[in-house]
Amino acid sequence: MKKNILQAARVIRSKNAGPFELTLDIMFKNKHYFDLFRRRRLITARKIAALYNVRPRDILGIIYFEPARAVKITLRRYLPSGAPGDGDIYGAQQHAPLLDLNFSP
Amino acid sequence: MHDEMRVLSPTGILGYGFPEESFRRGLKRKPHLIGVDAGSTDPGPYYLGSGKSFTSRAFVKRDLRFLLTAGARLDIPLVIGSAGGAGARPHLEWCRGLIHEVAREEKLSFRMGVIFSDVSAARVLKARRAGDINPLPFAPPLTAEAVKACPYIAAQVGVEPIIRALRKDCRVVLCGRCYDPAVFAALPIAAGYDPGLAMHMGKILECAAIAAAPGSGADCVLGTLRRDAFILESLNPARKFSKLSTAAHTLYEKSDPCHLPGPGGVINLEKCAFRELAGGRVEVRGSRFEKTPDHWVKLEGARRTGFRSISIAGTRDPVMIAGIDDILKSVESQVQKMGRKTKLRGRMIFHVYGKNGVMGALEPRRRAAGHELGIVMEALAGTQEEADMLCSVTRSTLLHYGYPGRISTAGNLALLFSPSDIRMGAVYEFAVYHLMKIKDPAAFPLEVENIRDGKARS
Repeated sequence: MKKNILQAARVIRSKNAGPFELTLDIMFKNKHYFDLFRRRRLITARKIAALYNVRPRDILGIIYFEPARAVKITLRRYLPSGAPGDGDIYGAQQHAPLLDLNFSP
Repeated sequence: MHDEMRVLSPTGILGYGFPEESFRRGLKRKPHLIGVDAGSTDPGPYYLGSGKSFTSRAFVKRDLRFLLTAGARLDIPLVIGSAGGAGARPHLEWCRGLIHEVAREEKLSFRMGVIFSDVSAARVLKARRAGDINPLPFAPPLTAEAVKACPYIAAQVGVEPIIRALRKDCRVVLCGRCYDPAVFAALPIAAGYDPGLAMHMGKILECAAIAAAPGSGADCVLGTLRRDAFILESLNPARKFSKLSTAAHTLYEKSDPCHLPGPGGVINLEKCAFRELAGGRVEVRGSRFEKTPDHWVKLEGARRTGFRSISIAGTRDPVMIAGIDDILKSVESQVQKMGRKTKLRGRMIFHVYGKNGVMGALEPRRRAAGHELGIVMEALAGTQEEADMLCSVTRSTLLHYGYPGRISTAGNLALLFSPSDIRMGAVYEFAVYHLMKIKDPAAFPLEVENIRDGKARS
Protein backbone atom coordinates (compact mmCIF):
# COMPACT_ATOMS: atom_id res chain seq x y z
CA MET A 1 0.00 0.00 0.00
CA LYS A 2 1.37 3.39 -0.98
CA LYS A 3 1.47 6.16 1.58
CA ASN A 4 1.26 9.89 1.00
CA ILE A 5 4.23 12.11 1.86
CA LEU A 6 2.19 13.84 4.58
CA GLN A 7 2.39 10.69 6.67
CA ALA A 8 6.16 11.10 6.76
CA ALA A 9 6.71 14.86 6.60
CA ARG A 10 5.96 17.65 9.08
CA VAL A 11 7.12 20.57 6.91
CA ILE A 12 7.02 20.96 3.14
CA ARG A 13 8.01 24.40 1.87
CA SER A 14 9.52 26.34 -1.01
CA LYS A 15 11.64 29.49 -1.25
CA ASN A 16 14.05 31.25 -3.58
CA ALA A 17 17.72 30.45 -3.15
CA GLY A 18 18.72 33.66 -4.90
CA PRO A 19 16.79 35.00 -7.92
CA PHE A 20 17.67 32.07 -10.20
CA GLU A 21 17.07 28.99 -8.05
CA LEU A 22 14.07 27.56 -6.28
CA THR A 23 14.62 25.33 -3.28
CA LEU A 24 12.17 22.87 -1.72
CA ASP A 25 12.53 21.51 1.83
CA ILE A 26 10.88 18.38 3.16
CA MET A 27 11.35 17.88 6.91
CA PHE A 28 10.48 14.43 8.20
CA LYS A 29 8.48 13.70 11.31
CA ASN A 30 11.11 11.37 12.74
CA LYS A 31 14.42 9.65 12.10
CA HIS A 32 12.69 6.53 10.84
CA TYR A 33 11.17 8.31 7.85
CA PHE A 34 14.31 10.35 7.24
CA ASP A 35 16.38 7.16 7.10
CA LEU A 36 13.80 5.38 4.97
CA PHE A 37 13.75 8.14 2.35
CA ARG A 38 17.52 8.51 2.32
CA ARG A 39 18.32 4.78 2.27
CA ARG A 40 15.80 3.89 -0.39
CA ARG A 41 16.32 7.09 -2.42
CA LEU A 42 12.59 7.64 -2.50
CA ILE A 43 13.03 11.10 -3.98
CA THR A 44 14.61 11.13 -7.40
CA ALA A 45 15.20 13.85 -9.97
CA ARG A 46 12.89 11.99 -12.33
CA LYS A 47 10.00 11.99 -9.81
CA ILE A 48 10.43 15.66 -9.02
CA ALA A 49 10.71 16.54 -12.70
CA ALA A 50 7.43 14.74 -13.36
CA LEU A 51 5.69 16.54 -10.47
CA TYR A 52 6.91 19.93 -11.66
CA ASN A 53 6.56 19.52 -15.39
CA VAL A 54 10.29 20.15 -15.94
CA ARG A 55 13.28 18.23 -17.33
CA PRO A 56 15.26 16.07 -14.91
CA ARG A 57 18.37 18.10 -15.68
CA ASP A 58 16.70 21.17 -14.16
CA ILE A 59 16.76 19.41 -10.79
CA LEU A 60 20.09 20.63 -9.48
CA GLY A 61 20.44 18.71 -6.27
CA ILE A 62 18.76 16.40 -3.79
CA ILE A 63 20.61 16.74 -0.52
CA TYR A 64 19.81 14.99 2.77
CA PHE A 65 20.68 16.91 5.95
CA GLU A 66 20.59 14.74 9.03
CA PRO A 67 20.61 17.38 11.81
CA ALA A 68 17.32 18.76 10.49
CA ARG A 69 15.97 15.34 9.38
CA ALA A 70 15.32 16.99 6.07
CA VAL A 71 15.89 16.69 2.37
CA LYS A 72 16.46 19.69 0.15
CA ILE A 73 15.64 19.71 -3.54
CA THR A 74 16.92 22.58 -5.66
CA LEU A 75 15.50 23.41 -9.08
CA ARG A 76 16.47 25.87 -11.71
CA ARG A 77 13.93 28.68 -11.41
CA TYR A 78 11.59 28.53 -14.38
CA LEU A 79 11.79 32.33 -14.61
CA PRO A 80 14.18 34.51 -12.62
CA SER A 81 12.48 36.23 -9.68
CA GLY A 82 10.52 39.23 -10.93
CA ALA A 83 11.00 38.48 -14.63
CA PRO A 84 7.92 39.10 -16.83
CA GLY A 85 5.51 36.22 -16.26
CA ASP A 86 6.91 35.21 -12.87
CA GLY A 87 3.94 34.62 -10.60
CA ASP A 88 5.76 34.05 -7.30
CA ILE A 89 8.54 36.56 -6.59
CA TYR A 90 9.60 34.94 -3.27
CA GLY A 91 9.07 31.40 -4.59
CA ALA A 92 7.10 30.70 -1.43
CA GLN A 93 4.12 28.89 -3.00
CA GLN A 94 5.82 26.33 -5.22
CA HIS A 95 5.71 23.44 -2.77
CA ALA A 96 2.21 22.15 -3.48
CA PRO A 97 3.03 19.49 -6.13
CA LEU A 98 5.21 17.75 -3.52
CA LEU A 99 2.02 17.00 -1.58
CA ASP A 100 1.21 14.50 -4.35
CA LEU A 101 4.36 12.50 -3.65
CA ASN A 102 3.58 8.91 -2.65
CA PHE A 103 5.93 6.22 -1.37
CA SER A 104 5.89 2.55 -0.39
CA PRO A 105 6.78 2.24 3.28
CA MET B 1 39.44 38.61 24.32
CA HIS B 2 36.43 38.19 26.61
CA ASP B 3 35.33 34.70 27.66
CA GLU B 4 32.27 35.24 25.54
CA MET B 5 30.70 37.78 23.24
CA ARG B 6 26.95 38.37 23.39
CA VAL B 7 25.27 39.57 20.23
CA LEU B 8 21.72 40.91 20.17
CA SER B 9 19.68 40.51 17.00
CA PRO B 10 16.45 42.50 17.42
CA THR B 11 14.67 41.68 14.16
CA GLY B 12 15.00 39.80 10.88
CA ILE B 13 14.95 42.95 8.75
CA LEU B 14 15.29 46.51 9.98
CA GLY B 15 11.75 47.87 9.71
CA TYR B 16 9.98 44.57 10.43
CA GLY B 17 9.59 45.63 14.09
CA PHE B 18 10.07 43.70 17.35
CA PRO B 19 8.40 43.54 20.77
CA GLU B 20 9.83 46.14 23.17
CA GLU B 21 9.84 43.66 26.07
CA SER B 22 12.04 41.21 24.15
CA PHE B 23 14.45 44.01 23.26
CA ARG B 24 14.64 45.20 26.90
CA ARG B 25 15.29 41.62 28.04
CA GLY B 26 18.12 41.53 25.55
CA LEU B 27 19.66 44.78 26.82
CA LYS B 28 19.61 43.43 30.39
CA ARG B 29 21.98 40.69 29.22
CA LYS B 30 24.59 43.40 28.48
CA PRO B 31 25.23 42.56 24.83
CA HIS B 32 28.60 43.50 23.30
CA LEU B 33 26.99 44.18 19.94
CA ILE B 34 23.60 44.90 18.38
CA GLY B 35 23.43 43.73 14.80
CA VAL B 36 20.63 44.06 12.28
CA ASP B 37 20.35 43.04 8.69
CA ALA B 38 18.22 45.36 6.58
CA GLY B 39 18.19 43.72 3.19
CA SER B 40 17.43 40.93 0.81
CA THR B 41 17.08 40.22 -2.91
CA ASP B 42 13.89 38.30 -2.15
CA PRO B 43 11.44 41.13 -2.87
CA GLY B 44 12.64 41.03 -6.47
CA PRO B 45 14.65 43.31 -8.77
CA TYR B 46 12.48 46.44 -8.52
CA TYR B 47 13.95 47.80 -5.28
CA LEU B 48 17.58 47.47 -6.32
CA GLY B 49 16.86 48.89 -9.77
CA SER B 50 14.74 51.82 -8.63
CA GLY B 51 16.84 52.76 -5.59
CA LYS B 52 13.82 52.38 -3.29
CA SER B 53 13.30 50.58 -0.01
CA PHE B 54 10.91 47.66 0.40
CA THR B 55 10.43 48.44 4.09
CA SER B 56 8.30 51.34 5.31
CA ARG B 57 10.01 54.57 6.28
CA ALA B 58 7.99 54.94 9.48
CA PHE B 59 8.82 51.45 10.70
CA VAL B 60 12.52 51.60 9.82
CA LYS B 61 12.64 54.81 11.82
CA ARG B 62 10.73 53.20 14.67
CA ASP B 63 13.25 50.34 14.85
CA LEU B 64 16.21 52.71 14.49
CA ARG B 65 14.97 54.83 17.38
CA PHE B 66 15.15 51.84 19.75
CA LEU B 67 18.52 50.63 18.46
CA LEU B 68 20.26 54.02 18.31
CA THR B 69 19.10 55.24 21.71
CA ALA B 70 19.96 51.95 23.43
CA GLY B 71 23.32 51.79 21.66
CA ALA B 72 24.24 55.37 22.59
CA ARG B 73 22.96 55.14 26.19
CA LEU B 74 24.61 51.80 27.00
CA ASP B 75 27.63 52.29 24.70
CA ILE B 76 26.92 49.17 22.62
CA PRO B 77 28.12 49.23 19.01
CA LEU B 78 25.39 48.92 16.39
CA VAL B 79 26.05 47.38 12.97
CA ILE B 80 23.43 47.67 10.21
CA GLY B 81 23.93 45.72 7.00
CA SER B 82 22.38 46.07 3.53
CA ALA B 83 20.92 49.45 4.43
CA GLY B 84 17.65 50.41 2.78
CA GLY B 85 17.02 46.87 1.56
CA ALA B 86 19.20 46.60 -1.53
CA GLY B 87 22.23 48.37 -0.09
CA ALA B 88 23.15 50.59 -3.06
CA ARG B 89 23.95 54.30 -2.64
CA PRO B 90 20.36 55.69 -2.63
CA HIS B 91 19.28 53.02 -0.14
CA LEU B 92 22.24 53.80 2.08
CA GLU B 93 21.63 57.56 1.93
CA TRP B 94 17.94 57.03 2.73
CA CYS B 95 18.83 55.06 5.84
CA ARG B 96 21.55 57.56 6.80
CA GLY B 97 18.92 60.33 6.57
CA LEU B 98 16.65 58.43 8.96
CA ILE B 99 19.54 57.94 11.41
CA HIS B 100 20.22 61.69 11.33
CA GLU B 101 16.54 62.38 12.00
CA VAL B 102 16.45 60.06 15.00
CA ALA B 103 19.76 61.43 16.32
CA ARG B 104 18.38 64.98 16.07
CA GLU B 105 15.10 64.11 17.74
CA GLU B 106 16.74 62.16 20.57
CA LYS B 107 19.84 64.41 20.84
CA LEU B 108 22.18 61.45 20.51
CA SER B 109 25.96 61.48 20.24
CA PHE B 110 27.94 58.81 18.39
CA ARG B 111 30.56 58.28 15.74
CA MET B 112 29.20 56.66 12.59
CA GLY B 113 30.96 54.86 9.78
CA VAL B 114 29.12 54.62 6.44
CA ILE B 115 30.41 51.96 4.05
CA PHE B 116 29.60 52.20 0.33
CA SER B 117 29.59 48.91 -1.47
CA ASP B 118 28.66 50.21 -4.94
CA VAL B 119 30.83 49.10 -7.83
CA SER B 120 30.94 51.18 -11.02
CA ALA B 121 30.06 49.70 -14.41
CA ALA B 122 33.58 50.58 -15.58
CA ARG B 123 35.13 48.57 -12.76
CA VAL B 124 32.89 45.57 -13.49
CA LEU B 125 33.77 45.67 -17.18
CA LYS B 126 37.47 45.99 -16.40
CA ALA B 127 37.24 42.97 -14.11
CA ARG B 128 35.43 41.08 -16.84
CA ARG B 129 38.21 41.79 -19.32
CA ALA B 130 40.75 40.59 -16.75
CA GLY B 131 38.86 37.30 -16.28
CA ASP B 132 37.89 38.25 -12.72
CA ILE B 133 34.13 37.72 -13.16
CA ASN B 134 32.27 34.43 -12.77
CA PRO B 135 28.50 34.02 -13.18
CA LEU B 136 26.45 32.42 -10.43
CA PRO B 137 24.35 29.48 -11.64
CA PHE B 138 21.78 30.50 -14.31
CA ALA B 139 22.63 34.19 -14.21
CA PRO B 140 22.45 35.73 -17.69
CA PRO B 141 25.72 36.42 -19.53
CA LEU B 142 27.37 39.61 -18.38
CA THR B 143 27.23 41.85 -21.44
CA ALA B 144 28.58 45.39 -21.47
CA GLU B 145 25.09 46.54 -22.37
CA ALA B 146 23.55 44.84 -19.31
CA VAL B 147 26.18 46.25 -16.98
CA LYS B 148 25.67 49.78 -18.28
CA ALA B 149 21.87 49.42 -18.10
CA CYS B 150 21.91 48.74 -14.33
CA PRO B 151 21.36 52.01 -12.45
CA TYR B 152 23.20 50.50 -9.45
CA ILE B 153 25.55 47.57 -8.97
CA ALA B 154 26.35 46.67 -5.38
CA ALA B 155 28.90 44.19 -4.06
CA GLN B 156 27.94 42.00 -1.15
CA VAL B 157 30.87 42.85 1.12
CA GLY B 158 32.18 40.68 3.94
CA VAL B 159 33.41 41.44 7.46
CA GLU B 160 36.55 43.37 6.39
CA PRO B 161 35.10 46.85 5.70
CA ILE B 162 33.00 46.62 8.88
CA ILE B 163 36.08 45.69 10.93
CA ARG B 164 37.86 48.66 9.40
CA ALA B 165 35.06 50.99 10.54
CA LEU B 166 34.95 49.45 14.03
CA ARG B 167 38.73 49.91 14.36
CA LYS B 168 38.21 53.60 13.60
CA ASP B 169 36.04 53.67 16.74
CA CYS B 170 32.75 53.92 14.91
CA ARG B 171 29.96 52.97 17.30
CA VAL B 172 27.36 52.88 14.56
CA VAL B 173 28.34 51.17 11.32
CA LEU B 174 25.94 51.60 8.42
CA CYS B 175 26.91 49.27 5.62
CA GLY B 176 25.72 49.09 2.02
CA ARG B 177 25.02 45.68 0.50
CA CYS B 178 26.62 43.24 2.85
CA TYR B 179 26.74 39.48 3.41
CA ASP B 180 24.02 39.04 6.05
CA PRO B 181 26.12 37.10 8.64
CA ALA B 182 28.98 39.63 8.41
CA VAL B 183 26.92 42.17 10.38
CA PHE B 184 27.09 39.89 13.41
CA ALA B 185 30.47 38.25 12.77
CA ALA B 186 32.70 41.29 12.09
CA LEU B 187 33.21 42.41 15.71
CA PRO B 188 33.75 38.85 17.08
CA ILE B 189 36.21 38.01 14.29
CA ALA B 190 38.11 41.24 14.96
CA ALA B 191 38.25 40.20 18.63
CA GLY B 192 39.81 36.85 17.73
CA TYR B 193 36.84 34.49 17.77
CA ASP B 194 36.64 31.59 15.35
CA PRO B 195 35.30 32.83 12.00
CA GLY B 196 33.40 29.60 11.28
CA LEU B 197 31.42 29.84 14.51
CA ALA B 198 31.01 33.61 14.22
CA MET B 199 29.71 33.35 10.64
CA HIS B 200 27.38 30.45 11.37
CA MET B 201 25.99 32.28 14.40
CA GLY B 202 25.53 35.35 12.16
CA LYS B 203 23.75 33.24 9.56
CA ILE B 204 21.16 32.28 12.18
CA LEU B 205 20.98 35.69 13.91
CA GLU B 206 20.38 37.56 10.66
CA CYS B 207 16.88 36.08 10.57
CA ALA B 208 16.34 36.87 14.26
CA ALA B 209 13.76 34.49 15.75
CA ILE B 210 12.86 32.65 12.53
CA ALA B 211 15.06 29.76 13.69
CA ALA B 212 13.22 29.47 17.04
CA ALA B 213 9.92 27.67 17.54
CA PRO B 214 7.43 29.16 16.96
CA GLY B 215 9.45 31.15 14.46
CA SER B 216 9.22 34.90 13.88
CA GLY B 217 11.16 37.35 11.74
CA ALA B 218 10.13 40.12 14.09
CA ASP B 219 11.42 39.11 17.54
CA CYS B 220 14.73 39.34 19.38
CA VAL B 221 17.40 36.68 19.83
CA LEU B 222 20.65 36.61 21.79
CA GLY B 223 23.66 34.76 20.42
CA THR B 224 26.53 34.02 22.80
CA LEU B 225 29.80 33.24 21.10
CA ARG B 226 32.52 31.33 22.95
CA ARG B 227 35.89 30.01 21.81
CA ASP B 228 34.58 26.63 20.69
CA ALA B 229 30.79 26.99 20.46
CA PHE B 230 27.90 29.41 20.27
CA ILE B 231 24.59 29.42 22.08
CA LEU B 232 21.26 30.74 20.82
CA GLU B 233 18.39 31.79 23.00
CA SER B 234 15.10 33.51 22.42
CA LEU B 235 14.48 36.76 24.30
CA ASN B 236 10.77 36.07 24.27
CA PRO B 237 9.65 33.32 26.67
CA ALA B 238 6.99 32.29 24.13
CA ARG B 239 9.73 30.93 21.82
CA LYS B 240 12.42 28.34 22.26
CA PHE B 241 15.34 27.11 20.24
CA SER B 242 15.48 23.36 19.75
CA LYS B 243 18.06 21.22 18.04
CA LEU B 244 15.63 20.63 15.24
CA SER B 245 14.42 24.22 14.82
CA THR B 246 18.03 25.45 14.64
CA ALA B 247 19.23 22.75 12.25
CA ALA B 248 16.13 23.20 10.13
CA HIS B 249 16.93 26.89 9.74
CA THR B 250 20.30 25.96 8.25
CA LEU B 251 18.36 24.78 5.19
CA TYR B 252 16.48 28.02 4.79
CA GLU B 253 16.69 29.65 1.36
CA LYS B 254 20.03 27.99 0.52
CA SER B 255 20.67 25.38 -2.13
CA ASP B 256 23.12 23.34 -0.02
CA PRO B 257 22.78 23.21 3.79
CA CYS B 258 26.36 22.01 4.43
CA HIS B 259 28.30 24.55 2.38
CA LEU B 260 27.28 28.18 2.56
CA PRO B 261 29.35 30.30 0.19
CA GLY B 262 29.96 33.95 0.99
CA PRO B 263 32.58 36.63 0.41
CA GLY B 264 36.08 35.18 0.74
CA GLY B 265 35.08 31.61 1.56
CA VAL B 266 32.56 28.98 2.56
CA ILE B 267 30.93 28.14 5.89
CA ASN B 268 31.35 24.36 6.12
CA LEU B 269 28.77 22.66 8.35
CA GLU B 270 29.61 19.02 7.60
CA LYS B 271 30.93 18.48 11.13
CA CYS B 272 28.57 20.83 12.87
CA ALA B 273 26.75 19.51 15.96
CA PHE B 274 23.69 20.89 17.75
CA ARG B 275 22.98 20.25 21.46
CA GLU B 276 19.97 21.31 23.49
CA LEU B 277 20.61 23.14 26.78
CA ALA B 278 18.17 23.94 29.56
CA GLY B 279 15.83 26.89 29.07
CA GLY B 280 15.13 26.48 25.35
CA ARG B 281 18.70 27.20 24.34
CA VAL B 282 20.80 25.42 21.73
CA GLU B 283 24.56 25.09 21.57
CA VAL B 284 26.28 24.73 18.20
CA ARG B 285 29.85 23.63 17.58
CA GLY B 286 32.00 22.37 14.74
CA SER B 287 31.16 25.03 12.12
CA ARG B 288 34.23 25.95 10.07
CA PHE B 289 35.08 28.81 7.76
CA GLU B 290 37.17 27.76 4.76
CA LYS B 291 38.84 30.62 2.97
CA THR B 292 39.11 30.48 -0.79
CA PRO B 293 42.54 31.26 -2.29
CA ASP B 294 41.18 34.41 -3.92
CA HIS B 295 38.62 36.79 -2.46
CA TRP B 296 35.37 36.80 -4.45
CA VAL B 297 32.36 39.00 -3.74
CA LYS B 298 28.90 38.72 -5.22
CA LEU B 299 27.68 41.59 -7.40
CA GLU B 300 24.01 42.42 -7.74
CA GLY B 301 22.46 44.65 -10.37
CA ALA B 302 19.00 45.11 -11.88
CA ARG B 303 18.33 46.72 -15.24
CA ARG B 304 15.20 48.50 -16.41
CA THR B 305 13.38 46.50 -19.04
CA GLY B 306 10.32 48.69 -19.61
CA PHE B 307 7.07 49.83 -18.06
CA ARG B 308 3.95 48.05 -16.87
CA SER B 309 0.19 48.62 -16.60
CA ILE B 310 -2.28 46.11 -15.23
CA SER B 311 -5.99 45.52 -14.98
CA ILE B 312 -7.67 43.05 -12.61
CA ALA B 313 -10.91 41.23 -13.34
CA GLY B 314 -12.88 38.09 -12.59
CA THR B 315 -15.08 35.79 -14.61
CA ARG B 316 -17.98 33.66 -13.35
CA ASP B 317 -19.17 32.33 -16.71
CA PRO B 318 -18.78 28.54 -17.07
CA VAL B 319 -18.54 28.68 -20.86
CA MET B 320 -15.79 31.28 -20.70
CA ILE B 321 -13.96 29.39 -17.94
CA ALA B 322 -14.03 26.20 -20.01
CA GLY B 323 -12.45 27.94 -22.99
CA ILE B 324 -10.28 30.49 -21.19
CA ASP B 325 -6.90 29.53 -22.72
CA ASP B 326 -8.15 29.84 -26.31
CA ILE B 327 -10.08 33.01 -25.52
CA LEU B 328 -7.01 34.77 -24.10
CA LYS B 329 -4.89 33.65 -27.07
CA SER B 330 -7.47 34.95 -29.56
CA VAL B 331 -7.82 38.25 -27.75
CA GLU B 332 -4.08 38.71 -27.78
CA SER B 333 -3.77 38.09 -31.50
CA GLN B 334 -6.76 40.33 -32.26
CA VAL B 335 -5.14 43.16 -30.26
CA GLN B 336 -1.85 42.67 -32.08
CA LYS B 337 -3.58 42.80 -35.48
CA MET B 338 -5.38 46.01 -34.54
CA GLY B 339 -2.13 47.48 -33.31
CA ARG B 340 -0.10 46.90 -36.45
CA LYS B 341 -0.64 50.41 -37.78
CA THR B 342 -0.49 52.21 -34.45
CA LYS B 343 2.23 52.37 -31.85
CA LEU B 344 0.72 49.42 -30.01
CA ARG B 345 3.91 47.64 -29.08
CA GLY B 346 4.67 45.43 -26.16
CA ARG B 347 3.78 42.15 -24.59
CA MET B 348 0.68 40.89 -22.78
CA ILE B 349 0.82 38.37 -19.97
CA PHE B 350 -2.35 36.96 -18.45
CA HIS B 351 -2.15 35.62 -14.91
CA VAL B 352 -5.18 33.44 -14.49
CA TYR B 353 -5.79 32.78 -10.81
CA GLY B 354 -7.70 29.59 -10.30
CA LYS B 355 -5.87 28.10 -13.27
CA ASN B 356 -2.05 28.03 -13.08
CA GLY B 357 -1.83 31.61 -11.82
CA VAL B 358 0.65 30.75 -9.08
CA MET B 359 2.79 28.07 -10.70
CA GLY B 360 2.50 28.86 -14.41
CA ALA B 361 4.41 26.36 -16.53
CA LEU B 362 5.39 24.32 -13.44
CA GLU B 363 1.75 23.57 -12.67
CA PRO B 364 1.02 19.85 -12.96
CA ARG B 365 -2.80 20.30 -12.70
CA ARG B 366 -3.57 22.03 -15.94
CA ARG B 367 -7.36 22.32 -15.72
CA ALA B 368 -9.36 24.88 -13.81
CA ALA B 369 -11.44 23.36 -11.04
CA GLY B 370 -13.17 26.45 -9.70
CA HIS B 371 -16.44 28.09 -10.64
CA GLU B 372 -14.75 31.46 -11.02
CA LEU B 373 -11.36 32.69 -12.25
CA GLY B 374 -9.33 35.79 -11.47
CA ILE B 375 -7.52 37.41 -14.39
CA VAL B 376 -4.68 39.89 -14.03
CA MET B 377 -3.91 41.47 -17.39
CA GLU B 378 -0.29 42.61 -17.45
CA ALA B 379 0.90 44.87 -20.26
CA LEU B 380 4.65 45.37 -20.68
CA ALA B 381 6.08 47.91 -23.10
CA GLY B 382 8.98 50.23 -23.72
CA THR B 383 7.24 53.34 -22.42
CA GLN B 384 4.51 53.92 -19.86
CA GLU B 385 2.19 55.32 -22.54
CA GLU B 386 2.59 52.21 -24.68
CA ALA B 387 1.95 49.96 -21.68
CA ASP B 388 -1.17 51.99 -20.80
CA MET B 389 -2.48 51.73 -24.35
CA LEU B 390 -1.83 48.00 -24.64
CA CYS B 391 -3.51 47.35 -21.28
CA SER B 392 -6.54 49.48 -22.18
CA VAL B 393 -7.09 47.90 -25.60
CA THR B 394 -6.63 44.37 -24.28
CA ARG B 395 -9.04 45.00 -21.41
CA SER B 396 -11.75 46.40 -23.68
CA THR B 397 -11.25 43.64 -26.28
CA LEU B 398 -11.50 40.89 -23.67
CA LEU B 399 -14.51 42.58 -22.05
CA HIS B 400 -16.54 42.34 -25.26
CA TYR B 401 -14.91 39.42 -27.04
CA GLY B 402 -17.43 37.08 -28.76
CA TYR B 403 -15.92 33.71 -27.93
CA PRO B 404 -17.41 30.49 -29.37
CA GLY B 405 -20.53 29.37 -27.49
CA ARG B 406 -20.98 32.69 -25.64
CA ILE B 407 -24.46 33.18 -24.18
CA SER B 408 -23.69 36.20 -21.98
CA THR B 409 -23.36 39.00 -24.52
CA ALA B 410 -23.27 42.05 -22.22
CA GLY B 411 -19.64 41.75 -21.02
CA ASN B 412 -17.15 39.03 -20.11
CA LEU B 413 -15.37 40.57 -17.14
CA ALA B 414 -16.20 41.51 -13.58
CA LEU B 415 -13.81 44.47 -13.38
CA LEU B 416 -12.48 45.12 -9.91
CA PHE B 417 -11.71 48.85 -9.90
CA SER B 418 -12.58 52.14 -11.49
CA PRO B 419 -10.23 53.27 -12.93
CA SER B 420 -9.86 49.75 -14.21
CA ASP B 421 -6.26 50.12 -15.36
CA ILE B 422 -3.35 50.68 -13.00
CA ARG B 423 0.00 52.20 -13.92
CA MET B 424 2.74 50.13 -12.31
CA GLY B 425 5.72 52.16 -13.49
CA ALA B 426 9.17 50.90 -14.36
CA VAL B 427 9.97 47.20 -14.51
CA TYR B 428 13.40 45.76 -13.70
CA GLU B 429 15.13 42.41 -14.00
CA PHE B 430 18.20 40.93 -12.33
CA ALA B 431 20.97 41.35 -14.90
CA VAL B 432 24.09 41.16 -12.74
CA TYR B 433 24.38 38.27 -10.32
CA HIS B 434 28.03 37.45 -10.65
CA LEU B 435 31.12 36.94 -8.55
CA MET B 436 33.99 39.40 -8.84
CA LYS B 437 37.53 38.77 -7.66
CA ILE B 438 38.90 41.62 -5.58
CA LYS B 439 42.35 42.22 -4.11
CA ASP B 440 41.59 44.06 -0.89
CA PRO B 441 38.29 43.01 0.72
CA ALA B 442 38.39 46.01 3.10
CA ALA B 443 38.85 48.60 0.35
CA PHE B 444 35.33 49.97 0.04
CA PRO B 445 34.77 53.71 0.60
CA LEU B 446 34.21 54.59 4.26
CA GLU B 447 32.86 57.94 5.44
CA VAL B 448 33.17 58.69 9.15
CA GLU B 449 30.99 61.32 10.77
CA ASN B 450 30.72 62.53 14.34
CA ILE B 451 27.28 63.28 15.66
CA ARG B 452 27.14 65.43 18.82
CA ASP B 453 23.81 66.02 20.57
CA GLY B 454 22.05 65.13 17.37
CA LYS B 455 24.10 67.38 15.10
CA ALA B 456 26.38 65.96 12.43
CA ARG B 457 29.97 67.26 12.31
CA SER B 458 32.47 65.92 9.82
